Amino acid sequence: MRDNLIKVLLKALSWGILAVIAGVIVAVIGNLVAEDPVTFTQQMLNGLQLGFMYAMIAVGYTLVYGVVKLINFAYGDIFMVGAFVSFFGITQYGFSFVPALLLATVACVFLAVIIDRVAYKPLRDAPRIAALITALGMSIFLEYFTALKFVFSPDYIAFIRPFKLVTWNVGGVTFTNIQLVVAATSIVYFLGVQYIVGRTKIGKAMRASAFDKPTARLMGINVNAIIAATFALTGALAGTAAMLYATAYPQIFTFMGIQPGLKAFVAAVIGGIGSIPGAFVGSLIMGLVEAMTVGYMPLGSTLKDGIAFTLLIIMLLIKPTGIFGDPFEEVK
Amino acid sequence: MKIRSLPTWLTAVLFFLIVGVVFQFASNQGWLSGYWRQVIMLGTLMAISALGLNLKYGYAGLFALGHAAFYGIGAYSSALITKDWVVGWSGNPAGGLAGVLAIEAGFILAAVAISRCKIGHLRGRLRDRLSKWLTHFEASVLATTVILLIGALIIVVVGGGSGWLVRRGVLALVPPLLGALPLAISQQAIFLLALLSGAVLAGLVGFLIGLPLLNLTYDYLCIATLGFGIITYVFFNNADKLIPTMKGARGMVNIPRLTTWPWVLACLAVALVVLRNFIYSSTGRAILSVRDDPVAAETMGIDVFRFKTLAYALGCAYAGLAGGLYAHLYAFLHPSNFAWLKSVDPFVMVVFGGVGSMTGTTLGAYVFEILLEGLRVLPAEFIDWRYVIYPLILLAVMLFRPQGLMGSNEWGFLKPPRRASKSANQQIGESAKEGEGK
Repeated sequence: MRDNLIKVLLKALSWGILAVIAGVIVAVIGNLVAEDPVTFTQQMLNGLQLGFMYAMIAVGYTLVYGVVKLINFAYGDIFMVGAFVSFFGITQYGFSFVPALLLATVACVFLAVIIDRVAYKPLRDAPRIAALITALGMSIFLEYFTALKFVFSPDYIAFIRPFKLVTWNVGGVTFTNIQLVVAATSIVYFLGVQYIVGRTKIGKAMRASAFDKPTARLMGINVNAIIAATFALTGALAGTAAMLYATAYPQIFTFMGIQPGLKAFVAAVIGGIGSIPGAFVGSLIMGLVEAMTVGYMPLGSTLKDGIAFTLLIIMLLIKPTGIFGDPFEEVK
Repeated sequence: MKIRSLPTWLTAVLFFLIVGVVFQFASNQGWLSGYWRQVIMLGTLMAISALGLNLKYGYAGLFALGHAAFYGIGAYSSALITKDWVVGWSGNPAGGLAGVLAIEAGFILAAVAISRCKIGHLRGRLRDRLSKWLTHFEASVLATTVILLIGALIIVVVGGGSGWLVRRGVLALVPPLLGALPLAISQQAIFLLALLSGAVLAGLVGFLIGLPLLNLTYDYLCIATLGFGIITYVFFNNADKLIPTMKGARGMVNIPRLTTWPWVLACLAVALVVLRNFIYSSTGRAILSVRDDPVAAETMGIDVFRFKTLAYALGCAYAGLAGGLYAHLYAFLHPSNFAWLKSVDPFVMVVFGGVGSMTGTTLGAYVFEILLEGLRVLPAEFIDWRYVIYPLILLAVMLFRPQGLMGSNEWGFLKPPRRASKSANQQIGESAKEGEGK
């Protein structure tokens, strides 16, 4: 009898604690929605736009990490080069949207493959830290080299949109054609990458190389070619993402790649690095969190970077393998 | 043969005396301009910071990128202390010192209290007790809540209480004691206190951030510490909302210029000697073993996590010391000096000079700073090339000589103690090379 009473009381207490935590979260969000549903939806849309943008970059990170186990720090800078190349296409040759996009994509594919060939390939069998430092050096080199006057110049440049900005207003919520283009491209790329990695022969080879390089080599897979193909694929993602990013936030400078690059990598870690859906979902979460921080936190726009990385550290503490990460692939 | 029989400490003292006197003579003779004097002092303090990074990365094998954050913590906290004493910002000349010391005392005592209570152990026992009535999940929710409440209580009561006491004590004791001295001497004394408490604060923050993060390895540790660096950078940018005199993104000004050549050189000497003795002690050997093979170290009864945290915190304290010297060298602090890209600078020094070599790191720091400033003699249109050249050096070193120019060799008094000279030297050298091969 007494035991039963204690049991019920303790049960009520523990579920009560959970209910209070859940209640607070729901109340905060509900309060925000109830206060101003239009602003809330607007922030959601902004967050999703950012999230789709991050998703393309994050998928690139996750692919490279999956196959060569390397944080490609230079990836954000490949992205930056893509934005500048599309800018030159538009201003110098009067390219419209699609040719400029293709130009940026092709340039980034070449750059990614060259970086792999020059900087990472000689270190393939070296300790992982050596490759990581090399990636860091490559990133700094690209940033400062392109900031030279005869390359891209160190100035902030206003990007010229290749198509007109159209805004629609539905019940007070504005959304733009850029948001539609970004979301559509991002989803198409995501599905494309999923298809390539999951269904094609080259994707199978990628997965085999990621799993066990020596054995893959024994099975007749040209591992170096597969790695080059992976870098090329990520280059294509970076080029497209750069063009869209510059169209949505029309200001380009040679250090523009650092922030989106790091955030996308963090998103990939949150989603579970090595997993493509994980990178996608992590990026959407990242974009939403960032937009909400800017929208609702006091000093949000200055704190957003801090919040993003706090999220990362919390995630690493709770589940270092990320949301979609393989729990058996322990952090080695 | 005669020189070789000099005791190590005497060699060290003689070496630093000679270096100090030569430098002083050269600058008195006007051979060194004020600008180059500053460059060499900057090189010296960067050497301290790089030694700290070498302890983390070269000796303990922790690839951590947030070094500039700790450098910044040391710089800002020590600048707050001396600025208060000399220029004043808080209304009481010892206010800055009291604040920083209170935070440190609170942290340390709360941490000791929490570890004495064996909270993790308590949580498990409470959960087992509760699981008599509840499911595992419910029991752990309840136990965690209770433990969190107890922890918060300890932090507030022990940490807050001791912090309050220390603050009152410092406010009551320090102004009359140091105020009785002439201003020049009291300034130096407060500078020493500021440097020490800056280093301790950086070390403490390193310890606290290390507790959750040092279980991670390689890329995860790298990205998490990088994240911490960015969080700190954001904090510095908004610090004026907390302490107005830190001025946030506008940059902190009016810091007394107290860093002089004897100060930096003495700090470097102490840092080198302490690190040398630390590395060649049994603790140092434990840290090396953790780097080379954590699993084997664990089976030999070495508490891997504890030694990682120790090395990390000490490395951060070195960064904090260097930061304090930096703040009082240029008298101006801006958050961009502590952005995460600045964490790469000491990395270049370590990698260039030699991973796991104190001599190499120190030389690397001087070469880096002198090269970076020396390249200013280039014609104006090539000035920007400086930042192109240094990542290229990093790339070239990584591709062609990944163990750094010095490898793991040491010169002079930094060599391992002679008693075990040959074997220990070889062992450390070889294990460093093996560590590379992992």
